[in-house]
Amino acid sequence: MKCKEIVKELADYLDEDLDATLKKSIEEHLGKCQDCRLVVDTTKQTIQIFCNSEPAPLPAETRNKLHHALAKHLHHRNVTP
Amino acid sequence: MADERVCYHQCRGVMMSSPKVNSTQATFLPSQVVKDDESALVSAAKTGDIQAFETLVSRYERKIFRLTQNITQNREDAEDAMQEAFLKAYEHLDGFQGNSRFYTWLVRIAVNQALMKLRRRRTNIVSLDEDVDTSEDTMPREVEDWGPSPEERYQQSELGDILSKAIGDLDPGFRIVFQLRDIEQLSTEETAEALGLSVPAVKSRLLRARLKLRHNLNRYFRRGATT
Repeated sequence: MKCKEIVKELADYLDEDLDATLKKSIEEHLGKCQDCRLVVDTTKQTIQIFCNSEPAPLPAETRNKLHHALAKHLHHRNVTP
Repeated sequence: MADERVCYHQCRGVMMSSPKVNSTQATFLPSQVVKDDESALVSAAKTGDIQAFETLVSRYERKIFRLTQNITQNREDAEDAMQEAFLKAYEHLDGFQGNSRFYTWLVRIAVNQALMKLRRRRTNIVSLDEDVDTSEDTMPREVEDWGPSPEERYQQSELGDILSKAIGDLDPGFRIVFQLRDIEQLSTEETAEALGLSVPAVKSRLLRARLKLRHNLNRYFRRGATT
């Protein structure tokens, strides 16, 4: 398997969405090719960093605006027949 | 709060072999670990219990704002899209059958609102349902080790800024696919359906997005990078 083919299959490999034969070929290549191994590892880390990242707290002004609008619309909706 | 971290911060499907990032957490499908009270809150909200709905809003507002902000890249549009999404969700609660998680349903509404804002503001950008060129050579050029865990290396707020900038630099057609698949944890099929794309188009854009993000983060995270 060539490096280019590894990159082509990278997303499915990381998502574990490959058949066993293809997965085995990729892992054999990764065992021998340090460059591909680094690409796989750092791409995996990229996903994990985003996946694990905590969303920032809402700015107070944004939160107030949201809850004010909700209170206005939801209460209005509930009292309107 | 701890429960919510478990709920929404598992990298579904992505192999978790790196010892540097939450390697002690098992991989769960979000639906397996959803907070127990969610369906009760949704049922109560359906009967007009505003308090129950507001609890759901408070639970998800940060994530929904991050989603609309990442899509629109504009704070005012992101605020409006988030507000409209929650109002629409409340209005259409009767139509929510519980076949998916409430959060997944909410994400889809928020994505639609955010996309409308994005399209209105940037009429000259490529439409999401058009083909984007994914044929360009994707072979990564930088193959450096990232060294210490970015989470250990940067403070949370600093890391948040780096991630926002990295994702903001992606083209919208790639950014939104990555947002839905890898941050919101929708399946490939759900992402395709939400964006009106084919499954192969989602896969192709996801690969490009992941590689481009890796490239964007490389200068911060590679071994020896100045912190």
